[in-house]
Amino acid sequence: MNIEIITSDLLEVATLVIMGITGLAIARIRNLFAVVMLSGIYSLMGATLYVILDAVDVAFTEAAVGAGASTVLMIGTLALTSDRELATPNARTVKGIFVCTLIFAALVYGSFDMPLYGDPLAPVHQHVAPRYLGESMGEIGLPNVVTSVLASYRGYDTMGETFVIFTAAVGVITLIGRARRKKSGKDGGSGS
Amino acid sequence: MIEYAFPGLLNYWIVFLLMMIGLYIVIAHENLIKKIVGLNVFQVSVFVFYISMAKIKGGTAPILADGIEVYSNPLPHVLILTAIVVGVATTALGLALVVRIQESFGTIEDDEVREKEEQDK
Repeated sequence: MNIEIITSDLLEVATLVIMGITGLAIARIRNLFAVVMLSGIYSLMGATLYVILDAVDVAFTEAAVGAGASTVLMIGTLALTSDRELATPNARTVKGIFVCTLIFAALVYGSFDMPLYGDPLAPVHQHVAPRYLGESMGEIGLPNVVTSVLASYRGYDTMGETFVIFTAAVGVITLIGRARRKKSGKDGGSGS
Repeated sequence: MIEYAFPGLLNYWIVFLLMMIGLYIVIAHENLIKKIVGLNVFQVSVFVFYISMAKIKGGTAPILADGIEVYSNPLPHVLILTAIVVGVATTALGLALVVRIQESFGTIEDDEVREKEEQDK
């Protein structure tokens, strides 16, 4: 077993542990500004993990969009609302931990049927992917297989994705757009 | 088979723990911004789960080059690329709703919003 593989495995587990600590901090801290910053760190650690796991395209999308854009959106929301969270009642904490423990147990039980991490004989690697890796150079002519699949083999997926973003943008604009704000400002003024 | 003993299933279990931290934040906390952050934590954990299934030991990033034999599976990467962008779109929509709720109710704590709704009836 070669040393590079062992190092990358150790790095992977270490990164996951750091993500776990960040996640627990997010759950505990009640200052929402700190929570938003920690969620940015969580995303960035995720991006680091994707590099270790060979998913470089996913890593830079996560770093730019996941860690960058959503953190900016959240800070914008904090500016319009408040940055303190009220304490969670103990009964709710206990209930939440109970439900999560049950689901965790079910997931671990299910994972015993999964192939081990990094196994090249896992079913997921036997179908479709070998064809992309083998034929995409001849059919599309790009060395980056992820780009070939994204833009060509699964181009409709990507088109659907743009529709989703468009719909979300329309939703955001209708919710907090300028016309809406003017109208609600007038209503709020006369109502209260 | 001994080569795959570490981390074996251990990294999947840590990822399940991460998912549960996200789920816990969503169901136990009343603050709506905190709920959305929890949703993000859950989301990133699911992405990590997917990407770790695509990894092949000793493989490299799926960018074709001479002299490289083993590539990790590119298909989950493509699916997650789409999911990340859609995730940010839903986050933006959720945050817009939070801003509207703050405007209408003056609070972003779920229980207080519900109380005020009861009073209005």
